[in-house]
Amino acid sequence: MIFLTRKAEFSSAHFYWNDAWSPEENQRVFGRCANRNGHGHNYTLEVTVCGEVDPISGFVVDLKELKDILEREVIDVYDHHHLNLEVPEFKTAIPTTENIAIAIWQRLDNKIPYAKLYRIRVYEMPDLFADYYGEL
Amino acid sequence: MKVHLSRRYHFSASHRLHTESYDAAKNTAIFGKCNNLHGHGHNYTVQITLSGQVDTATGMVCNLVELDAFAQTNVLACFDHTNLNMLACFRDAVSTTENLSIEIHRIFQRFTAAHLERVHVEETSNNSFDYSGDLAAAPGVI
Repeated sequence: MIFLTRKAEFSSAHFYWNDAWSPEENQRVFGRCANRNGHGHNYTLEVTVCGEVDPISGFVVDLKELKDILEREVIDVYDHHHLNLEVPEFKTAIPTTENIAIAIWQRLDNKIPYAKLYRIRVYEMPDLFADYYGEL
Repeated sequence: MKVHLSRRYHFSASHRLHTESYDAAKNTAIFGKCNNLHGHGHNYTVQITLSGQVDTATGMVCNLVELDAFAQTNVLACFDHTNLNMLACFRDAVSTTENLSIEIHRIFQRFTAAHLERVHVEETSNNSFDYSGDLAAAPGVI
């Protein structure tokens, strides 16, 4: 079994807000992230897949194919967009780093031929990241 | 849904690796340049990994403002710009980064808003240490 990790980057705007709460409660819980005008980050995505090495190609997964899948399923949707306003899964979920990791897993699960999705790691910034391993 | 959240903090401190259990020659032999009488220092990076269910109201495993405040009060304020050997926790233990990792793990066990998975401490860009408590490393922690 080999684990292979592919990185990608996207730059997006977001804010944190729970409609069920008062503005004061949103401000108290989310602080600066509750600014309704939004703010943004350069996110780094690491997608780790695992599988056996194909004896003919020497690949766990075709990297070009994996790159194309990441761009089609994630980067084209998230990059240079506002996560709250333009990405369907964040109409109902707050685009925290945790929820972004879960959403990317759900976008990629069962879409990668031959290899199994092992981990989604999303860096909001170099000192903050979330990992999702699916439902273990 | 269970998510692992990791946050990195930075502090700078001096230390000297030395034990009264050894004589001077053996301290030099075991600890090498780290046994220098006057000490030396590092820029340490502490990476805390917490896990828990994502709260549906906040979208979070735990509130980062609370985590940062805990780290500031209980780790950074204690260790940053100090000589580790002068601290109570290293009075009877060598101030290796192994022992530092265990001490920081002990401190973060008091942060109860999420489950503490692992403490990872980088002493330099080439040396890092992980402590997950006295259990065998569980799958999915690397």
